[in-house]
Amino acid sequence: MTDAGTLLAPPGTAPALPGRGAGGPVATLQVVDKSTVAEDVVTLTLADPDGRRLPDWTPGAHIDLVLPTGDTRQYSLCGDRFDSRTYRIGVLREPAGRGGSAFVHDSLQPGDTVGVGGPRNNFPLVPSERYLFVAGGIGITPLLPMVTQAAMLGADWRLLYGGRRRASMAFLDELAPHGDRVRVMPQDETGLLDLPAFLGEPEPGTKVYCCGPGPLLDAMGLACVDWPPSALRTERFVAEEQAAPVRTAPFEVQLARTGTTVTVPLGTSVLEAVGSAGVEVLSSCRQGTCGTCETTVLDGVPDHRDSILDDAERAAGDCMFICVSRAASDRLVLDL
Amino acid sequence: MTATAETTTGLPTSDVDPFSHEVLEDPLPMHELLREAGPVVHLSRYDVFALARYEEVREALVDWQQFESGAGVGLSNFRKEEPWRPPSLLLEADPPLHDAPRRVLTKVLGPRALHRLREGWAADAEELVDAVLEQAEFDAVPVLTEAFPLRVFPDAVGIGKEGREHLLPYGNHAFNAFGPHNDLVAAGAPRVPELGAWVGAQCAREALTDDGFGAAIWAMADRGEITEAQAPLIVRSLLTAGVDTTVHGLSAVLYAFATHPGEWQRLREQPGLARVAFDEAVRWESPVQTFFRTATTDVRIGNAVIPDGHKILMFLAAANRDPRRWADPDRFDLTRDPSGHVGFGFGIHQCAGQHVARLEAEALLTALARRVERIELTGPTKRHHNNTLRAWESIPVRLVPA
Repeated sequence: MTDAGTLLAPPGTAPALPGRGAGGPVATLQVVDKSTVAEDVVTLTLADPDGRRLPDWTPGAHIDLVLPTGDTRQYSLCGDRFDSRTYRIGVLREPAGRGGSAFVHDSLQPGDTVGVGGPRNNFPLVPSERYLFVAGGIGITPLLPMVTQAAMLGADWRLLYGGRRRASMAFLDELAPHGDRVRVMPQDETGLLDLPAFLGEPEPGTKVYCCGPGPLLDAMGLACVDWPPSALRTERFVAEEQAAPVRTAPFEVQLARTGTTVTVPLGTSVLEAVGSAGVEVLSSCRQGTCGTCETTVLDGVPDHRDSILDDAERAAGDCMFICVSRAASDRLVLDL
Repeated sequence: MTATAETTTGLPTSDVDPFSHEVLEDPLPMHELLREAGPVVHLSRYDVFALARYEEVREALVDWQQFESGAGVGLSNFRKEEPWRPPSLLLEADPPLHDAPRRVLTKVLGPRALHRLREGWAADAEELVDAVLEQAEFDAVPVLTEAFPLRVFPDAVGIGKEGREHLLPYGNHAFNAFGPHNDLVAAGAPRVPELGAWVGAQCAREALTDDGFGAAIWAMADRGEITEAQAPLIVRSLLTAGVDTTVHGLSAVLYAFATHPGEWQRLREQPGLARVAFDEAVRWESPVQTFFRTATTDVRIGNAVIPDGHKILMFLAAANRDPRRWADPDRFDLTRDPSGHVGFGFGIHQCAGQHVARLEAEALLTALARRVERIELTGPTKRHHNNTLRAWESIPVRLVPA
């Protein structure tokens, strides 16, 4: 079977990725709700098909959404972390993209299943007495659970939310109860965001969080030049980032110390595959959070699916958590 | 101990005292009694709800939304009672306050940080084992299982050399304090001011070396990941939870091998099993026996409802020997895959130092397996009683060199 052949699953039928309960690498979740929340923005609510609890997350976290087309896209979680059974993401239709968002908008329906990796958080909300949040467009998604949390903690906070026009701005209804802590600034009504006026003078004990398109983040960098270096925390919203498609073909894992090679098919974790070859690797959570099954990678390129390593550690590619992570290359050589 | 009886609500109830000396000496019969009585058992003596089966214990550990830690993970309910010390930012906290301390400690004790310790700890273990092999017979608790963690862990944290003898009694009291105010707590109480002050002083930035876990935690405060006020309390968590637990885990695995010579031979033949052996011992013995949670709402488990605000006592040790989950659970067995045991807890509060403990155990067991043909008991062993920990006071042994 060619790569193209394996990737071109019919729309609406996800590759047979097993659930986490089965020890699988990527959870299969079901779309239980799809709602249009603004022009060109839909939210998807995802749940385990058997109603099981989903892995925990913190505000700022994202998941990898593996579409039936084989494309992987990252989306910030924007639901309620106190609901342990569902995830919610917001998806902007991007005409210039590679088709991932178009697939979500046009083809994906409630009842369909998708693969989900993570969650992982590169944009955590750190403790502070005061927060200034700046969202540009769909960049509101990671900030939405942050403002909920800041409100819950009784922190002093403000949100500046810019968009092209009011009808394109998602979640205005959910933000409305926060009253004048939220400033909604549609560009066609109020022009470009006045960042210096919103930020004011640097104050100790204030953290500034910004998520949005590149030009907004560049402007924030300039506006915060006099702030302490750790005060500004940003996440760049990258349009249709070119990520390697999830490998659906089997791969080989060579166990350097044992001297054997095992094949890992879709639907089997590396942990399970090496276990059935008689190499027991200790594990615990089996969802890529606890770190017990850490394994040294001697050769090959891991496809990291854990919630532990940061971007630099992922790029180093010298260790992996074999309960969830897989191979991007045809072969991995592990120190087992 | 009396057998369980049905209450009018249909919930099994028992008047057993899990913190009595009789039970602490040998808790296994009580674990079986509670496990077989039902998924939830009311303990009338303390008006708490006990979980002793694997499935229910694991569910409760994972479900932080319904089973909170912020009201204390001991019998004392912080909603009603003043804690004996400022609560832990990790063990005794819930999301969202728990998020940043947990994230930071997980990073500080993560794989990267431990890689650089591996070689040094292996060399330390070999040196220690060489030295003890010169003694014909000795008590393995002070000489090996206390000595090794006390040799490597405080250095890894970066505390000063003076006063390290305070670490074990401080940890011992902290774990007693999760139980009722019994004689064990009373015995430790007089030293609390002295020990607490010493531990507190070790957590300050200037008291720590610049290359240890402690300094790494303070560096996180400098980067704004946690507040300056949080840093010393996170260091305190390392010092409270990182010593006694490891000591008793090492005692457990050493005792297991002394009483299962066939398994020792298996480890000698396959030294790569050291980590599995340690986790199997943690499952088999459960150095941390219990933790409490508090219901955040009326929580339904099966047909039982635990009322909002009531305490739930999770028997990790009973879950780790639940025959519903484990085949032949009372056997210490290196061919078993102990993955999934709840000896380190589970979920967002799962032991942040578990990889440190495994690294210590791997170093010590590997060094022993290389040099020791047999581990033989030479006299009666003696238990150490603690309200939370399953521990040995004394394990007299002879190591037969290979």
